Amino acid sequence: MDQVISLTLKVWRQNGPDDAGAFQTYQAEGISQDASFLEMLDIVNERLIEEGTEPITFESDCREGICGTCGLMINGKAHGPELGTATCQLHMRKFNDGDHITIEPWRAVSFPVIKDLAVERTPLDLIIEAGGYISVPTGSAPDANLTPVPKEAADMAFDAAACIGCGACVAACPNSAAQLFTSAKLNHLNLLPQGQAERWQRAENMVETMEMYFGTCTNHGECHEACPKEISLDFIAFMNRDYVKAKIKNRKLAGQR
Amino acid sequence: MIGSLDSNTPEGDIQGLWEQHKFDMKLVNPNNKRKFTVIVVGTGLAGASAAASMAELGYNVKAFTFHDSPRRAHSIAAQGGINAAKNYQNDGDSVYRLFYDTVKGGDYRSRESNVHRLAEVSVNIIDQATAQGVPFARDYGGLLDNRSFGGAQVSRTFYARGQTGQQLLLGAYSALMRQVDAGTVELHTRSEMLDLVTENDRAVGIITRDVLTGEITSHGAHAVVLATGGYGNVYYLSTNAMMCNATAAWRAHRKGALFANPCYTQIHPTCIPASDEFQSKLTLMSESLRNDGRIWVPKAFDDERPARDIPEGERDYYLERKYPAFGNLVPRDVASRNAKTVVDEGRGVGPLKNGVYLDFSDAIARDGEDTIRAKYGNLFQMYERITGEDPYKVPMRIYPATHYTMGGLWVDYHLMSNLPGLFVIGEANFSDHGANRLGASALMQGLADGYFVLPYTIGNFLADKLAEPVPDTAGVAFVEANQGVQQQIDHWLNVNGTKSVDYYHRELGKLVWNYIGMARNKNGLEKAISEITALEEEFRANVRVLGSADGLNQSLEKVQRVADFFELGRLMARDALTREESCGGHFREESQTEEGEALRDDDNYSHAAAWEWTGEGNEPIRHIEELQFDYVALTQRSYK
Repeated sequence: MDQVISLTLKVWRQNGPDDAGAFQTYQAEGISQDASFLEMLDIVNERLIEEGTEPITFESDCREGICGTCGLMINGKAHGPELGTATCQLHMRKFNDGDHITIEPWRAVSFPVIKDLAVERTPLDLIIEAGGYISVPTGSAPDANLTPVPKEAADMAFDAAACIGCGACVAACPNSAAQLFTSAKLNHLNLLPQGQAERWQRAENMVETMEMYFGTCTNHGECHEACPKEISLDFIAFMNRDYVKAKIKNRKLAGQR
Repeated sequence: MIGSLDSNTPEGDIQGLWEQHKFDMKLVNPNNKRKFTVIVVGTGLAGASAAASMAELGYNVKAFTFHDSPRRAHSIAAQGGINAAKNYQNDGDSVYRLFYDTVKGGDYRSRESNVHRLAEVSVNIIDQATAQGVPFARDYGGLLDNRSFGGAQVSRTFYARGQTGQQLLLGAYSALMRQVDAGTVELHTRSEMLDLVTENDRAVGIITRDVLTGEITSHGAHAVVLATGGYGNVYYLSTNAMMCNATAAWRAHRKGALFANPCYTQIHPTCIPASDEFQSKLTLMSESLRNDGRIWVPKAFDDERPARDIPEGERDYYLERKYPAFGNLVPRDVASRNAKTVVDEGRGVGPLKNGVYLDFSDAIARDGEDTIRAKYGNLFQMYERITGEDPYKVPMRIYPATHYTMGGLWVDYHLMSNLPGLFVIGEANFSDHGANRLGASALMQGLADGYFVLPYTIGNFLADKLAEPVPDTAGVAFVEANQGVQQQIDHWLNVNGTKSVDYYHRELGKLVWNYIGMARNKNGLEKAISEITALEEEFRANVRVLGSADGLNQSLEKVQRVADFFELGRLMARDALTREESCGGHFREESQTEEGEALRDDDNYSHAAAWEWTGEGNEPIRHIEELQFDYVALTQRSYK
């Protein structure tokens, strides 16, 4: 049966983007192990408010592991100790009475801290804007069953599409690279027949937008370890292949024009 | 002054109505569309699809979301699927059957013309989404797969593993981002709408707050579209995301938009029960689990034994007992109410005695653990992660939770509210689900409104306004609204009370759940109104919001949402009180059959109730839209 535990939290507090920030220590007493990690922080925050201290700012929304809003470095690990689990799905039964827990925001140059544990992840949207779509204006679609999609391709595209855009891959990477995110988004579309018309342009645009904001991949694989959806590193290899091909194909196409 | 409510539904046979009306509506010349500015608030399924589609047509679109990215909207969390009358399975489905099922499922409290149009465009949604790359489930021949959902007799539900909502939203989001890249949509993230601006009872713009900087800004437009979702978080505990709220819709209501059927809320039967006072939200377990799980509680009161130690003869499989024909597959509202009954009797299970068992041991014995794992593996894993219990070994514990709200801002056939220029789409409006929404129909409605209805109807509204400039935000109405928002923010920061916003939200949620939950009665509803009012007074005098207004301040965001929930909760009670019948998700204990089933009163309540705001502290005015059923025969539901 689950127990009530007490913890010592070392939490990053930063009162705005320009503030230097520092760790503060809080005691979290009498926390039920049934609580989720974020509910534990809710309880700490209620107590802080009672004391007259501004609560710790952290972001979350669905708390079902699908919206990708939440994300904390917990003892140095993006989304904490449990594999394949977003912060909001992590529960306190993974911790023991008396544990010391260090809680930090995502640390990456392209994810500036807004306040305490909240960061801004806009460059991820910019990568999508650069080409993470299939151009199909409303109303112009053919019947959905016109083009059969081999189940293997559909399943693999789905494995890529499962990415929730939380940014844990970037936070976990020693280079703050966004290869896992970008490759998941790129391969979701590039693996499907519907995505072929724009495949090469998409590869070039998304990869080069990514490179404007994020570091370089040096094959550490930390991203995969941190990913709450366990997105495969294979997609990075597929993306690299598509990008090289795209550079040649897009030049050829330009020469034909 | 508002006259009797006219849905503006065109005359004619329902089967060709929308097609003909599309021809009859006025068009805006392609070169003129760029002269119109349209604001879309909310970028979930409805908002993102509407913003993208209108931008493709050539309108200037300004899209607003309080999230950091449109992809985070709560549409993302829908699990089960999306209905469409494709009849790919050759099992007798049709537009008319989907229309019929939806009107019946809504317990005959929706508008026939809207529902028929919804069923018609459902097929286009699947085409559109598939072309966008939405990875719907496919069979080995590479064609799309379907399943039967929520007791439907045909297989018309398209699905994408357990994350249909995420995949459809990513499709709409990608279409939106394509337009952002093209410069046709101006995307405002982290911008929360805090007021609607009206001039001469016409919507002309909105006031927003940048949640990062605290800056208050006025935005003018020829039309405003609200796609801001439902109000399920009025219950505090619900399956909604933490930030879901009714503020945009409620502020529009306070500016004159009618709020229809607020008492129609859907309580989903299969959610994981709360584990303690600090539970922040509830998690839905897919309804599909009821296909193989058997629901039971101990026959004895306060039975403390573990589930496995309770012999077969001492278990009460109450749904199978009471509804032999449908058993565990009775509709959502029936399953939910029966769970409440047994828990209220003191036969609930789990540490807090707040659940019922959903037991897979028979299914595992029959089909083998591997088969069950293949069907429900991810759900079982999610359950174990949250509860720490292994559902292969011990039965799941489930309990109903608020999941969806059918009520919302009143709209006509064009999805326009009673305020000209204010359109409302998706869960935020009241239109298509009547008193009860069928499974896999929320995604369908959000996308139908956004992709295939609003882009046409908004043109009809704008066509004769070519000479009108974009409303000037220096105008009196904007300045006053802007100042009003600023004053409210200052007010909340200066209360300096003793209790947190969450405390009051939790307390409000308990009142709403207890009195306006799965079963309502006159006495309770009257109490709800007085107790909500008393708690609201305390809240206004004693809430504590720390920090400042000129930066990210989550308590400040929440306090305004909770303030609106207080007013909305009271309106729900009033609406439930005046609707002296049971229908769909609204069960009045005074109106039931001898067997304890919901009893409609079609003679007196075959209408939508739309409430008019008359100022703080004043009684709202109840308007009605009579519902006419020319195609679907009204019957009493029976699941015996």
